[in-house]
Amino acid sequence: MKREVLAATLSARRHGLASALVRDLKIGTQAFVSDNETTGDLTIDFNIRQLVLHAISEDRPGRLPDPYGDIFVQVFNPPARLIVIGAVHITQALAPMAALAGYGVTVIDPRRAFATDQRFPGITLLNEWPDDGLEALKPDRRTAVVTLTHDPKLDDAALSVALKSQCFYVGSLGSRKTHQARLNRLKRMGFSDAELARIHGPVGLAIGALTPAEIAVSILGQITQVRRARPEPASAAA
Amino acid sequence: MTMDAREDVLAEAARWRESGKGVALATVVTTWGSSPRPVGSQLAVDEAGQMIGSVSGGCIEGAVVKEAQEVIADGKPRLLDFGVSNEQAWEVGLACGGKVQVYVERVE
Repeated sequence: MKREVLAATLSARRHGLASALVRDLKIGTQAFVSDNETTGDLTIDFNIRQLVLHAISEDRPGRLPDPYGDIFVQVFNPPARLIVIGAVHITQALAPMAALAGYGVTVIDPRRAFATDQRFPGITLLNEWPDDGLEALKPDRRTAVVTLTHDPKLDDAALSVALKSQCFYVGSLGSRKTHQARLNRLKRMGFSDAELARIHGPVGLAIGALTPAEIAVSILGQITQVRRARPEPASAAA
Repeated sequence: MTMDAREDVLAEAARWRESGKGVALATVVTTWGSSPRPVGSQLAVDEAGQMIGSVSGGCIEGAVVKEAQEVIADGKPRLLDFGVSNEQAWEVGLACGGKVQVYVERVE
């Protein structure tokens, strides 16, 4: 790998820019590609560039389709994000777990007594009202949003922003009964059944989680499932 | 793929190279069946065999390190195929039954 290609890749990563390292596996040439830059000895023509930008936006590394099958695209996107509403006990477990799993984690809670650096070492905290805070963070297709305050005026505010965004996961803490009440409130705010069906509630996989850390595991498990799981091929059983 | 060990692998490879070491980078470019590490996973190797990152659950790293040292020596990138048959499983191969293709290149 040429020094300038490696340097461009590392610099893009440091600046949180989406980019790709593109290699011709047969002849050993390579290029760095981002939205507004191309560096390297591999020629990136219009078609290849479109395919590379598509791989970046889909977050899907791999070989390009024929006739470019010898070209391998390694995608470097900024971390996927997890935004948690509520600096509560479950969040104290969920935030570091999600950071370990590679997410950029932000916790929003207007209650300063909850959102303290002491309770959340190393985690980005926003002391804002959930709808303002979430709106400012612009949740996108690589963002998961989880509400854990258990307080309708905080959770509903966040959900009303999350449901209008493209975020790939929305989860909300609460029992079945609480969740039904929440759906009814949001319906009165004008959300359709299809929109409300995006909310995972009660939040998390049904693994019988009891403690805050176990609930965090079930939530992170569900986020992982939504993000990664592909339907099993029918012939998979041997 | 997101912020994971991979960023550190690339940065570490660059640091090793800057300190004057010979360095090779191994990257998973294709997988079939169940494979332990996804496409794009990386392993950096220096001339002394020191490594960071992974291209499998540990099954093929030994062989990749050996090849990487040849790549460091001659500068020619290589495309390595690893699969498994039952007899092979104890040697270089993937006990999980998957197949991976790993590209190894020298960091210039």
